[in-house]
Amino acid sequence: MNVFLMYLGAFIVGGVLCSAGQILIDRTRLTPAKILVLFVTVGVILTLLGVYQNIVKVGGAGATVPLTGFGYTLAKGTFSDVDKYGLLGAFTGGIKAAAAGITAAIFFGYLISVAFSPKAKR
Amino acid sequence: MANKRIGKQTVQLENPPSILSAASIVGPKEGEGPLRMYFDMIIDDELWGEKSWEKAESKLMRETIDKLLSKSGISNQSVNYILAGDLLNQISASTFALRDTGISFLGVYGACSTMTESMSLGSFLVDGKFADNVICITSSHFCSAEKQFRYPLELGSQRPPTAQWTVTGSGGVLLSSQGSGPYITHVTTGKIVDMGIKDANNMGAAMAPAAADTLVTHFKDTGIYPDSYDLILTGDLGTLGMEITNELMKQQGYDISDRYNDCGAMIYDVKRQDAHCGGSGCGCSATVFGGFVYQELLKGNLNNVLFIATGALLSPSSSQQGESIPGIAHAVAIHRNLS
Amino acid sequence: MQKMYTKQEYLKYVEEKSPKSKVLRNVTRAFVIGGLICIVGQFISNLIISKGVKPEDAAGLTSLIMIFFGAFFTGLNVYDELGRFAGAGSIVPITGFANSIVSPAMEYKREGFVVGVGARMFIIAGPVIVYGISASVFAGILYFLLK
Repeated sequence: MNVFLMYLGAFIVGGVLCSAGQILIDRTRLTPAKILVLFVTVGVILTLLGVYQNIVKVGGAGATVPLTGFGYTLAKGTFSDVDKYGLLGAFTGGIKAAAAGITAAIFFGYLISVAFSPKAKR
Repeated sequence: MANKRIGKQTVQLENPPSILSAASIVGPKEGEGPLRMYFDMIIDDELWGEKSWEKAESKLMRETIDKLLSKSGISNQSVNYILAGDLLNQISASTFALRDTGISFLGVYGACSTMTESMSLGSFLVDGKFADNVICITSSHFCSAEKQFRYPLELGSQRPPTAQWTVTGSGGVLLSSQGSGPYITHVTTGKIVDMGIKDANNMGAAMAPAAADTLVTHFKDTGIYPDSYDLILTGDLGTLGMEITNELMKQQGYDISDRYNDCGAMIYDVKRQDAHCGGSGCGCSATVFGGFVYQELLKGNLNNVLFIATGALLSPSSSQQGESIPGIAHAVAIHRNLS
Repeated sequence: MQKMYTKQEYLKYVEEKSPKSKVLRNVTRAFVIGGLICIVGQFISNLIISKGVKPEDAAGLTSLIMIFFGAFFTGLNVYDELGRFAGAGSIVPITGFANSIVSPAMEYKREGFVVGVGARMFIIAGPVIVYGISASVFAGILYFLLK
């Protein structure tokens, strides 16, 4: 695929997903925590419906970097483990696929919060 | 017989206490605002050399008390009571600020109405001859309040346009049976008013009905007309809450708009300082009164002031459980001279 | 004219009176910043694939790097400034997830490294993991039954 189109796809798909989040914030006063939960869950559902796979094809990182992509990773991993191990896979696949992300978030999160301190805002 | 009561919620003080001194210390953002020249001190760093926001808030209060004492020339031993409160859980900013003072302490909590709540109670103590000198003081700190009521400081979130900015600062007054004014002459104690606002980012709208209720009650109880005050000053309703209060007062037949202002709307240059609807927090009304109002009273630019701090009595749990926000407002009438 | 608002009338009045969020402005900012963050992700992914990482491993490595950036810029006290400007544009990307982990952990450091940093790390991100994993288990079971 043309490199320019690849970046354009990432920009537009990522931008649209973030805009959807912004509309929810401004119109419904949902808190950031609820937005994040909603996006992950929607990502899982869209992957189950076979829709998100197509969004990833168009958007690349534009679809995998937003939190819906985290849901996509979880669901995709679950399905591939269900294919391999049957029902047990529903319990093993998600975390396995998301292991890098979750572990990185905890590990870097710990290091950074030990090393840095919050600053007052004005 | 309670012979000092007039009307439903008002007390007319027989021996009006004199405000012997007032003091205020604020943070850097407040120090860049339009009232900067009225504050006794502007700290240039929100931690002020302490290890936590909570400790810094206690230090604000401790230093403000020192200023109150040194300005009035009253010694530690001559102060009979300190009435203090703040926004932190278990009013810990106050208790930790006061633990070394050796002065009888009564903790009060009225959210952001704490300043006039403590001034009301302090006036009763002096008027009733239970005390000669009473310190009434409150504080708030943007960072400790954000941490407790909202989000971590470094979380990348937006504030809605109705949000207010918690004032970093502490303000207080020293009330005395001696002295030559300004005097506290009337106290109107508010009742809880809840009009069903649930949005914790719209405190002004939650508190405005309480402010209007206390104002109307004050005028009815005392028979004083709004135009005998040259300033009617609410605590921290912000720009939106102020508009609403004006409107609610007009509905009940009182037009106060030409002499009405709000500490939350005054303390920041709202547009330039990105403060959305203005300031809030116990420290907001306390520093504006301890700075601006008191100095203007001494200068004679203000003679009769009705001061109504307003509070939103919510907790993080109550708003998570979807409860509406009860509001409260307490008024004290202050006169430069006794007529 | 002693007209007083009922609760319903008052809520309606306040709703009308309150300044509104500038939705168009906010959405534009969210679109641009969110899109740019995804472009960075795409760039990292392309870069590591060109260095010989297998495409199926690139996704995990990309999120790992993006998470590091999100955490690092939170530590430098700049991610919240970005968030103030971009709103959902910096909340929705995985960097925002990292921000939601690091910011409470930093804030509660003074309460200690176990009950402060360790426990508070998840006050916002915890629910994301809870709902993400639970949803994926449900989806896995459905997938198993329908297969």
